[in-house]
Amino acid sequence: MPRAVSAASVAPKTHAWEIRAEGLLVRAGRKKMAVNGLDLALGTGAHGLLGPNGAGKTTLIRALATVLRPAGGELELLGTAADGADLRALRRRIGYLPQDFGYYRRFTVREFVEYMAWLKEVPKAEIPGAVQRAVERVGLADRADHRMKTLSGGMVRRAGIAQAIVNDPDLLLLDEPTAGLDPAQRLRFRELLQELGRDTCVVVSTHLVEDVAAACSDVVLFADGRLVFQGTPDDLAAAGGPEHPGDSPLERGYSALLRHTEQPGGIW
Amino acid sequence: MSTDHASAGLIDEYARGGDGLPADTVWALEAHLEGCAPCRGLLAAAVPAAAPDVAALVGSVHAALGPQLGTARPVPVRRRARWLPAWAVPAVTPWLLTAVAVVVLALTLDSAGPPDLLGRVSPLLLVAPVLPLCAAAAAWAPGLDPAHELTAAAPRSGLPLLLRRTVAALAVVLPVLLAAGWLTGAMSAAQWLLPSLAFTTTALALGSVVGVGRAAAALVAVWAAAVAAPLWATGRLPFVLRPEQLPGWALLLVLGAATVLARRRAYSAPRT
Repeated sequence: MPRAVSAASVAPKTHAWEIRAEGLLVRAGRKKMAVNGLDLALGTGAHGLLGPNGAGKTTLIRALATVLRPAGGELELLGTAADGADLRALRRRIGYLPQDFGYYRRFTVREFVEYMAWLKEVPKAEIPGAVQRAVERVGLADRADHRMKTLSGGMVRRAGIAQAIVNDPDLLLLDEPTAGLDPAQRLRFRELLQELGRDTCVVVSTHLVEDVAAACSDVVLFADGRLVFQGTPDDLAAAGGPEHPGDSPLERGYSALLRHTEQPGGIW
Repeated sequence: MSTDHASAGLIDEYARGGDGLPADTVWALEAHLEGCAPCRGLLAAAVPAAAPDVAALVGSVHAALGPQLGTARPVPVRRRARWLPAWAVPAVTPWLLTAVAVVVLALTLDSAGPPDLLGRVSPLLLVAPVLPLCAAAAAWAPGLDPAHELTAAAPRSGLPLLLRRTVAALAVVLPVLLAAGWLTGAMSAAQWLLPSLAFTTTALALGSVVGVGRAAAALVAVWAAAVAAPLWATGRLPFVLRPEQLPGWALLLVLGAATVLARRRAYSAPRT
């Protein structure tokens, strides 16, 4: 059966940016302000969110996923305020893969993705087809009826990606999606990312510079809760010179941009 | 249209590739073929003679696919009822079993004769008002649900889902308690059912502020301090469980339910 194109998916966009943050403050825990005055505007495309450990990447992604409420500033997702009245409609259009996502070990991959599709209010008649498509896109079709506890770490992560894309989101948030994937799977994941980035706003948080170079159209460098740099991977590479540490132009650019935000505890 | 069906000559020409046909005729013919089985039959019969290479290609693909089609595994039968996860997440099962075990334990203690320690009041009556509350809290508490982070970001997260899971937990625990109460005769249903429902709604109401898990823990502590401790000291049926206090419990139930409804948006809101 051919997929019908819904009226919502061909409607003109009424917002300039999929994600727009102004002076965004998000607390992690009671005291620490993990996102501290962030100004950011992201449109359609694959955006790599880079930053050292503890930069606030996960906190930012959780705020974008409407799990955390910003402590201050403005956050607009898909043209609506993130804490607005129509949170439910907004959440239907978001896909989210948390950094360490929990799942039910006794569920099969299909049951897990089906359950997530139900939680995301995918219309009941469309659930089996949407689940099959999502599972095929991450290459788990042959494991779809295996239980989650029998899967390897990389497969679990792919099942996580499948649940994130099952509702065909307009805004896809992936927190460390390549952790645990082997090199071949990472290549496949980058292809998927490029494919998704064509009509979706994808935010991928990662600490692997090469993932960003290969799959993202845009790099967002983030340190100490603030935006350090936003541009194309080529711009990032151009920022570094031979005197900066790193094995590739991108890594040199990364260390060049971050040298002013040295962590108090040293480079470790 | 002069006729209802395509002529044999037209179909033969189409099967040969349709190079001699005007484009609009090909379109009309294809549109007709899509909806007309007899004409598709004529086309199938015409292909081997008119276009042997097409027929050979179809035959070879059929021959290559045949063995694979035979070995394709049938779709496995679904083991789990599809509606079940919508009402109770699998992680709650051990907690519901624990609640049932507590009832069985209380029942055993009771059948051995209510211990003097508790002033000869059935232990069943002491756990009955707070046990449903604990089961409901276990069904929703973020710490006990491994997929909580995913649930929190989902559109269905919120009061309806919370109520679903609460109802499912109560549907397991309340019948067990009812059966236990009926077996021992130690307590009438009215004596504990209303307090337990009042406690559960209060926990949900407080849960909109501090989280259901924390609210449940606080209420159990209050229950232990206000009822179990005086009971231990005086050895009499606690004042709050006497039948004349039922209107008080009903009031608490109504207040709790009203608070839950008034704060319904808080259950789906992002956390601060």
